[in-house]
Amino acid sequence: MEKKKKWPEGWQDVNPGLMVFRPGSAREYQTGSWRADRPVFDESKCIRCGVCYIFCPEGCISQDERGYFHADLDYCKGCGICAHECWPGAITMVEEG
Amino acid sequence: MSKRIGMEIALAAAEAVALCRPEVIAAYPITPNTHIPEHLSDIVADGRLDAEFICVESEHTALSACCGASGAGARAFTATSSQGLAYMTEIIPIASAMRLPIVMIIGNRALSGPINIWNDQSDVMYQRDAGWISMFANNGQEVIDMAIQSFKIAEHRDVMLPVNLNLDGFQLTHVVEPMEMPDQAEVDSFLPSFKPLATLHPDKVVSMGTLGLPDIFNESMKAKDEVLKNSRKVILDVWKEWKQQFGRTYEPIESCRMKGAEIALVSMGSMGETAEVAVDELRKQGVPVGLLKLRLWRPFPFQDLKKAVKGVKVLVVLDRAVSFGGPGGPAFSEVRSALYNEPDKPFVMNEIIGLGGRDVRVEDFVEIIGKAQKALKTKPKEDYEIYGVRGS
Ligand code: SF4
Ligand code: SF4
Repeated sequence: MEKKKKWPEGWQDVNPGLMVFRPGSAREYQTGSWRADRPVFDESKCIRCGVCYIFCPEGCISQDERGYFHADLDYCKGCGICAHECWPGAITMVEEG
Repeated sequence: MSKRIGMEIALAAAEAVALCRPEVIAAYPITPNTHIPEHLSDIVADGRLDAEFICVESEHTALSACCGASGAGARAFTATSSQGLAYMTEIIPIASAMRLPIVMIIGNRALSGPINIWNDQSDVMYQRDAGWISMFANNGQEVIDMAIQSFKIAEHRDVMLPVNLNLDGFQLTHVVEPMEMPDQAEVDSFLPSFKPLATLHPDKVVSMGTLGLPDIFNESMKAKDEVLKNSRKVILDVWKEWKQQFGRTYEPIESCRMKGAEIALVSMGSMGETAEVAVDELRKQGVPVGLLKLRLWRPFPFQDLKKAVKGVKVLVVLDRAVSFGGPGGPAFSEVRSALYNEPDKPFVMNEIIGLGGRDVRVEDFVEIIGKAQKALKTKPKEDYEIYGVRGS
């Protein structure tokens, strides 16, 4: 796999004042690397209410074509709010291996 | 054509700032700088300056408003003193980290407590490590000149850093002096309009004041340090241009009577003028004493200092602030540390003087020079002393 270039290489490449000149670039910052626990969704318990989607502070939960909800693990920080709010108990936080 | 005027220095500072056509001024009144923003608000209200004067509810907001204005591409100015400066503390390193070329005049005053409205330089020393360019004026003319220079230095593309210009409260802010005030055409030809690197505008989206996590924090601190150190070049260029246009010389350290000096004083701000009188007196009596007026505080002028003290045996640094429990006054500890690795360095001693408005007279400098003469033979036991303190 090609090694991903870590920006910036050196201090000389730092934008003045750490300004970001390109809008929407926060999308490229994958906060999933911060995660210690991962939400695991059990579709057999899920009633497709969308409460997890509403509460996720990262906005990284979305609904699939069958109506079930899942987290995008590139951005999920593992905060566990979805698991806390899911009243049918369809989400379990599992430690990352 | 420059005009010869007699004016209170704070008012002259405001006039000089107005000549720089700032677009946003945000300030909260605090003694002894008050006359500067007060007079600027008059100038704006009279229609002589087309600027937004924001009457804020605190200094924290004053500097925050300047940050927003500067980020939006406006030339921004503020002024403060003492607790007001302390109240800006949270925003001060942010302004420099964001590379916002705000100009701030500080009418230096002792930090509380005990509460005291009079002059020393403990307020700016409290902000020493915040990443601003920091300079000291010795008299009214220098306040006018350096206020105008400050905008040009701050806004230079290789700098883009905020500048604080220090003048001693009361000793300078409230004194009437004869000065030369440049006219609008002269200032316009010296100072180009502000061309920001980027502006906060919905047509071209940028983010300012971003998050910097551990993976970039080191690099951004290094970048900030380098840009402040490199601002020296621009500062010297701007001073050279100033001399060409206005004929007055500015240097990081101004040397007086240093030829053959075995003893030298180092001063910052208005006390340099008084010290100079004492040095002149003693020179007449054959004492080999000189004076170094430290104008540029940040970036610290290491090379100029090393050159200036060649041949000096005893160097007395005069501080107008205490570093409690530390190695001595802030200027002293920097000067001594700057010289520590030099092969032929003078003995460096420290007199902390003129705190909270305590008078500093010519006789005091004569006495201090006497102490330095003694130190030529026997080194004093203590690294520093608070000069003239009762009970010792
Ligand atoms: S909150 Fe629970 S039950 Fe509701 S959609 Fe999300 S996972 Fe399914
Ligand atoms: S753990 Fe937190 S971040 Fe991850 S999906 Fe659940 S609510 Fe969103």
